[in-house]
Amino acid sequence: MQRMACSFPDEVLEHVFSFVQCDNDRNAISTVCKSWYKIERWSRRRVFVGNCYAISPDMVIRRFPDVRSIELKGKPHFADFNLVPDGWGGYVAPWISAMAAAYPWLEEIRLKRMVITDENLELISKSFKNFKVLVLSSCEGFSTDGLAAIAANCRSYLHCRNLRELDLRESEVEDLSGHWLKHFPDDYTSLVSLNIACLGCEVSFSALERLVGRCPNLRTLRLNRAVPLDKLANLLRRAPQLVELGTGAYSSELRPDVFSNLSGAFSGCKELKSLSGFWDVVPGYLPAVYPICCRLTTLNLSYATIQSPDLIKLVGQCQNLQRLWVLDYIEDAGLDAVAASCKDLRELRVFPSDPYGPEPNVPLTEQGLVSISEGCSKLQSVLYFCRQMSNAALMTIARNRPNMTRFRLCIIEPGTPDYLTLQPLDVGFGAIVEHCKDLQRLSLSGLLTDLVFEYIGTYAKKLEMLSVAFAGESDLGLHHVLSGCEKLRKLEIRDCPFGDKALLANAAKLETMRSLWMSSCSVTFGACKLLGQKMPRLNVEVIDERGTPDSRPESCPIDKLYIYRTVAGSRFDMPGFVWTIDEDSAMRLS
Amino acid sequence: MEKGGLGLEITELRLGLLPGSCGPSLVDKNDKKRVFSEIAEDKNSTTEEKSTQTKSQVVGWPPVCSYRKRNSFQEKDHLKKESKMYVKVSMDGAPFLRKIDLSMHKGYSDLALALEELFDCFGISEALKDADNSEQVPIYEDKDGDWMLVGDVPWEMFIESCKRLRIMKRSEAAKGFGLQLIKGFPKGFIKDVTK
Repeated sequence: MQRMACSFPDEVLEHVFSFVQCDNDRNAISTVCKSWYKIERWSRRRVFVGNCYAISPDMVIRRFPDVRSIELKGKPHFADFNLVPDGWGGYVAPWISAMAAAYPWLEEIRLKRMVITDENLELISKSFKNFKVLVLSSCEGFSTDGLAAIAANCRSYLHCRNLRELDLRESEVEDLSGHWLKHFPDDYTSLVSLNIACLGCEVSFSALERLVGRCPNLRTLRLNRAVPLDKLANLLRRAPQLVELGTGAYSSELRPDVFSNLSGAFSGCKELKSLSGFWDVVPGYLPAVYPICCRLTTLNLSYATIQSPDLIKLVGQCQNLQRLWVLDYIEDAGLDAVAASCKDLRELRVFPSDPYGPEPNVPLTEQGLVSISEGCSKLQSVLYFCRQMSNAALMTIARNRPNMTRFRLCIIEPGTPDYLTLQPLDVGFGAIVEHCKDLQRLSLSGLLTDLVFEYIGTYAKKLEMLSVAFAGESDLGLHHVLSGCEKLRKLEIRDCPFGDKALLANAAKLETMRSLWMSSCSVTFGACKLLGQKMPRLNVEVIDERGTPDSRPESCPIDKLYIYRTVAGSRFDMPGFVWTIDEDSAMRLS
Repeated sequence: MEKGGLGLEITELRLGLLPGSCGPSLVDKNDKKRVFSEIAEDKNSTTEEKSTQTKSQVVGWPPVCSYRKRNSFQEKDHLKKESKMYVKVSMDGAPFLRKIDLSMHKGYSDLALALEELFDCFGISEALKDADNSEQVPIYEDKDGDWMLVGDVPWEMFIESCKRLRIMKRSEAAKGFGLQLIKGFPKGFIKDVTK
């Protein structure tokens, strides 16, 4: 068999491999024999690094010499909720410098939760001859000056550099000026996707209009809040081929001429499938989108503060909707309407309109989710914020939707029991993991004992990511998860009474996972030191802004712990509040 | 309980926390819950307060991501009014950028002094007394993207429209930056400072 495998010329094998895109499959191919390893590594064009500190840029470049597309992730997920102090890390600079030298033909850079500076952006704009795609998801550290550099260098006759996609998804950008958009050359026409929804300042509207007008392949345009509604119609008329649109502020004085202009412009967009934006909505303008509702597959109204009756009228017309993001203003009644009209729904996210208020402000309860689970047979992915839940509801949802793959429930008040029985919600979540055999992602909330973790460890065999907060009673809970969930890759825990025992007993498990986050738990510095010493392929980072952990007794719980597997050793860019321990068993500060 | 791959010594080493070994900071889940509900009780007792900011006492909970927080809740407008007016300041020849909060200054003379302190240079106030011979020229970029001499417009108008500041060398300005330097330059500046 091996002789046969090697009898094909390299070019033939390379051609065959080119049909295999999935990372796991390519990794498998590379383990067949030395020859396949060699051919595969030279032909790998796309690399995904889920944790930028798990490997060094040089190691990636050494193994894969001709990469065209790279995706990097930096900070842990809980950074989204301000749990990771500023300056922790996730700097993309060393990657950009290394790739500028090694990958002159790099086309795509996708970053998530990383720190990127204007200098880095400038280097990107000048280093890659064929640069096409830049996606910065939840990134920070740069300003509109950096964007100006990208825009200015997006096209070059000499090198055929043609930027296609500039997507700033939810990044934090320092707004120095809206004039960066003017830096796109007048003869630049290749734009396919532009997402500037996160920008605070006004961009130069005339430059935007001209840009949109001269790019015939533009299919995605997500505007920022500062683009007024009365300018939207003109933009749409210049880009009737748009597939995805994010509006700016959706408010204006109600005027029939503005309305009919807008409605006409929307009607002209025959390809439009996705809508978002809708800040500051004036309900009177919503009917302008009615003509296209039946074609929509994605609708993001999660910034639209419109009430249930208007939401029902809108969503009731979207029979082909697959993804709906909405505020809890939709209410249980609205979700009933969705369940009745949107039979193709795959993903639902309901966000809280008043998360910090002590009382419920809208009649949105577990009932809404139950209705959806009954009416939408294709439902796979749920993110739901609410204030009450019952085991009965969870069991019903689980039985209705065994095809669910992502279930994230946030009951706003920590430790809330089943409101009917006042019992913990263990059996409800237990039903979810038992029935939904393909569950990949789960977030827990409410009153939960160690029992829920026993269910998870027993049934959630495909679970890859678990988020836990204010739950459990003892180390047994954590132990159930670490010892039972075979596919677990990411575990994030906050405010749970889990300590050293389960962590140390399952140390080997941690090398099979991407990362573990534990904050405000009961892990001691002594345990961290032990883990750091014994497990050279883990970075055990103790994050504590109270000063050196040595100044407190070894048995005192640490504040935050971030453990991740790595082949790159300790990182060199740790700030003063991060401590790590290596085999030297001496505490090392960066 | 399983011992994983590490052998007995690991589990034996860790016998759990010594009670009271580090004071009041935590451990018991019930303690945590009490703390949270104490906070919640405080919240209920001050529901008259309009600002929703004070209600979120637990960091990062509920888990609404910071992007969404910045861009949705009503407090955004409230915050905007109180927010500072930071602008970047660059000086030709200095290797770093600084930031200055315009809302903290009362007028051009105040600003000039602050800029001098920031960059540890004495050129700016000098410039106001002897405009033609001064080395530094403070300019700013306004909302429309144009670069203007600092001091041409009333202070309130200036802070509303200034996006960033630059302290330029006169020699740079002469090279054709596009500014026309008037004799007895920044009139506004000079008037304020010589008061």
